[in-house]
Amino acid sequence: MSVQLHAEGLSKTFTLHTQGGARLPVFENIGLTVHAGECVCLDGPSGSGKSTLLRSLYANYKPQAGAVHIRHDGEMIDMVVAPPWKIVEIRRRTIGYVSQFLRVIPRISTLNIVVEPAVANGRKIDDAYASARRLLERLDIPERLWSLAPATFSGGEQQRVNIARGFVFDYPILLLDEPTASLDAGNKKTVVSLIAAAKARGAAIVGIFHDAEMREAVGDRIVEMNFSAGRIAATRATIRNDVALSRRSAPTC
Amino acid sequence: MDAISNSASRTALLEASGVSKSYGARIGCIDVSVTVGAGEVLGVVGESGSGKSTLMKCLSGQIVPDKGAVIYRGNDRKPVDVFSLSEMERRRLRRTDWGFVHQNPLDGLHINVSAGGNVGEALMSRGVRNYGSIRASAQDWLERLEIDPSRVDDRARSFSGGMLQRLQVARNLVAAPRLVFMDEPTGGLDASVQARLLDVLRTLVRELAVAVIIVTHDLAVVRLLADRLIVMHRGRVIEEGLTDQVLDDPHEPYTQLLVSSVLQI
Repeated sequence: MSVQLHAEGLSKTFTLHTQGGARLPVFENIGLTVHAGECVCLDGPSGSGKSTLLRSLYANYKPQAGAVHIRHDGEMIDMVVAPPWKIVEIRRRTIGYVSQFLRVIPRISTLNIVVEPAVANGRKIDDAYASARRLLERLDIPERLWSLAPATFSGGEQQRVNIARGFVFDYPILLLDEPTASLDAGNKKTVVSLIAAAKARGAAIVGIFHDAEMREAVGDRIVEMNFSAGRIAATRATIRNDVALSRRSAPTC
Repeated sequence: MDAISNSASRTALLEASGVSKSYGARIGCIDVSVTVGAGEVLGVVGESGSGKSTLMKCLSGQIVPDKGAVIYRGNDRKPVDVFSLSEMERRRLRRTDWGFVHQNPLDGLHINVSAGGNVGEALMSRGVRNYGSIRASAQDWLERLEIDPSRVDDRARSFSGGMLQRLQVARNLVAAPRLVFMDEPTGGLDASVQARLLDVLRTLVRELAVAVIIVTHDLAVVRLLADRLIVMHRGRVIEEGLTDQVLDDPHEPYTQLLVSSVLQI
């Protein structure tokens, strides 16, 4: 399968100027390759840089060094140096990002929040709304809530709205940051099947999942991130690529 | 149809380079270079006195900078240097291509004229003469800004602050500008009134694919509206990037201070 995402030589250090210029090195010279149809799970203790890596892949964080090549319209484009308008376009059409927190926009209804990525990508309005409704249904959001802004929803409900929004459009690449953190078993199952369907249509997925069960259910490979004593243990070994889950067949490369 | 998709334009609609303006010994802005694409929303943030308003006035041709150039590329029109135009040409450009939403709605409205008159005047200044269609447009725009269209004949002075601000926006957008300058548009409004204005602005800006330069000290406003941000400090642009990059991963000491100073509610 084709490479959809290829990061190399990535380094990220935060410098906190408001706190005496403290420096927080997160990772140094790491790489990651993800193919169409596979799901790579990032694993490691809290603070090991999983979310920072995921945000760097989305160009939400700006790494000091390295490149994040993304296949966009058949072309590999480096998110680290791409101009802002290009990143906006890539985020709209190519990379979906689902975090564990929903950014609520005042007065926008749940249904309209979910449908937005599909409409922005030119899907027919009726089709887009039909998909949005189907997803909200599958994710157990009661229909009486669809017309409300989700500001007052519970954490789990907001999270499910966020997931629906991430899956309403068939992004070629999906980045999932603990999307199931506060979901019950039934909803986790739904997310597993959504991810499986995305893989089946060829999506390349990078995910962070709190529980091992989720990782085993959706992951084709697990990538360990280690961060010891404030330093990266070893640059190349930081991310151990290709640690395939024994139960799963490794993706064909 | 979507501001985000239209922000993907490569050629700049407005392009400023090396713009500097000082008031005697007091510095307004120093060596600012900035571009806005068609349909793109650019946020300008910084504390008061950082030069945001001076920059805005330079970009919109209201004050002449000491140094630098501002190039505007209008519809099927050659790029023009805003400051090489005559005052009359500049005024025409403002009328036909640009809009201005002032912090104080009274600066952008005729307070003794009806709501419909305020909106309709913007159309008439563009040469629309049919009274019936002007009135229909005005009513339509009042409705889009969530103002009861039955109030079309009420004088602006009878409107509340939040309604006046929405009326000012209607007056600007009715003329289908390609670029709108907004100076602290939510500045004097209550939080709930602000949310309504922001929501309406967000929807319309995307629908109309109009480019916007919005000056504000409110980071929540730019988070909601702006594709891209520039951060100003002591007259200079110290950091810029996609809105979420600047707010989530600020690099400059001043930007970090600005972002970390926002109170959580």
